[in-house]
Amino acid sequence: MATKSLKARQNELAESNRQLDILNGGIFADGELPYFKDKIAEIGYFPLRPKKLEILQINVGYMCNQVCEHCHVDAGPDRKEIMTRDTMHLCLDIIRNTGAHTLDLTGGAPEMNPDFRWFVEEAAKAGIKDFIVRSNLTIIRANKKYYDLPEFFKKHNVHVISSMPHYTRGKTDKQRGDGVFDKSIKALQDLNAVGYGAPEGSLRLDLVYNPSGAFLPGDQSAMEKDFKKALKEDFDIDFHNLFAITNLPIARFLDYLIASENYEDYMYALVEAYNPGAVENVMCTNTISISWDGWIYDCDFNQMLGLKVASKVKHIKDYNEDILNDRNIIISQHCYGCTAGAGSSCQGAVT
Amino acid sequence: MANSYYDPADLRKFGNITEWSEELGNKFFDYYGKVFEEGALSAREKSLIALAVAHVVKCPYCIDAYTKDGLQRGITKEEMMEAVHAGAAIESGATLVHGVQMMNKYNKLSM
Repeated sequence: MATKSLKARQNELAESNRQLDILNGGIFADGELPYFKDKIAEIGYFPLRPKKLEILQINVGYMCNQVCEHCHVDAGPDRKEIMTRDTMHLCLDIIRNTGAHTLDLTGGAPEMNPDFRWFVEEAAKAGIKDFIVRSNLTIIRANKKYYDLPEFFKKHNVHVISSMPHYTRGKTDKQRGDGVFDKSIKALQDLNAVGYGAPEGSLRLDLVYNPSGAFLPGDQSAMEKDFKKALKEDFDIDFHNLFAITNLPIARFLDYLIASENYEDYMYALVEAYNPGAVENVMCTNTISISWDGWIYDCDFNQMLGLKVASKVKHIKDYNEDILNDRNIIISQHCYGCTAGAGSSCQGAVT
Repeated sequence: MANSYYDPADLRKFGNITEWSEELGNKFFDYYGKVFEEGALSAREKSLIALAVAHVVKCPYCIDAYTKDGLQRGITKEEMMEAVHAGAAIESGATLVHGVQMMNKYNKLSM
């Protein structure tokens, strides 16, 4: 298990251009598999265009207490990219004026940003309908200063979405590191204790499942049933929904695929599972992604690939929602990850 | 030309069998797809049965396919290995039950 980011290891895949070379070359360049743009052109979706903006996703920094093997952000304790309070002020102006109904804070571990609590307090005042924080769970148990996070989330009516790769210890720790499973279980129990995840309750607690290897997620509702049964029986844990998210071939997951000689098979699996019905609702059509330094992207994946939006408005200092929404979405072969099977997004399946 | 009878990349080409016999190929794949849908047995249970049978018929393609299918369904390695043992037990049982025939023959021929 790696303990450092690709960036700290000076791995060539820390460079987004190198990743794009791989995604655009090889089996796609030689015609063995079709380019994503050709697949969506078949059904009249090229160029891919945004619909109404519904979700503002803000990445408040790449620092994280974990170094998960599949992380598309290449996050870790050594990443120093952190959103400053000045940039947060610009974000707050947008949050107060946006037509989007959902605010989605992500990272890294967003809680590690020193201004995280201030930002949540201010953002909560803006009256956004659904305010999500993506918490990796272990952060809640990482240090005493985070123990009160469940209470803090509750106070601001935050919707918590947390990663939980499996309901068994072995699989979880292999993907995310030793001890992650036990800490995650304790954190979920802490969240349950303040009211999160109660079947009829309003404090939303959803879990995210990513496959721990070179395979696609199974049926979301079947997995949800399995997770609910196992977590309830073994640990008396309640949660609302399980989102099954496909791993996209980016950053550390791409590094893993190549190193384990699974890259080609995985891309074949993604292309074979291509579902034209999922294209209409891919998340880049209703979401924008803002990076720690205020740049704007079609999604968090494009952010990690350094693909800024194809719009006159590229940075939040020039933010204009109407101009921004009138753009073509930038795509590459990683996009097959969002159209495989039932489709995949930060909110789970899309069909 | 592959230098082995089994090439893992051939599994991806399974669908091509339809090209040389469209009607039968399509009937087979329709049937196959239907068999593995949720029914009186769950798709998860059928995946484990398929994995056990894959071992008994010693089909490397099927073993690859149903190991991956199991992972996708969240089936654990312990469950997979138990399924393989279930298949192996039936297969070895099928051998051993012939021991009765051997005993019968032995007894018949002996004074």
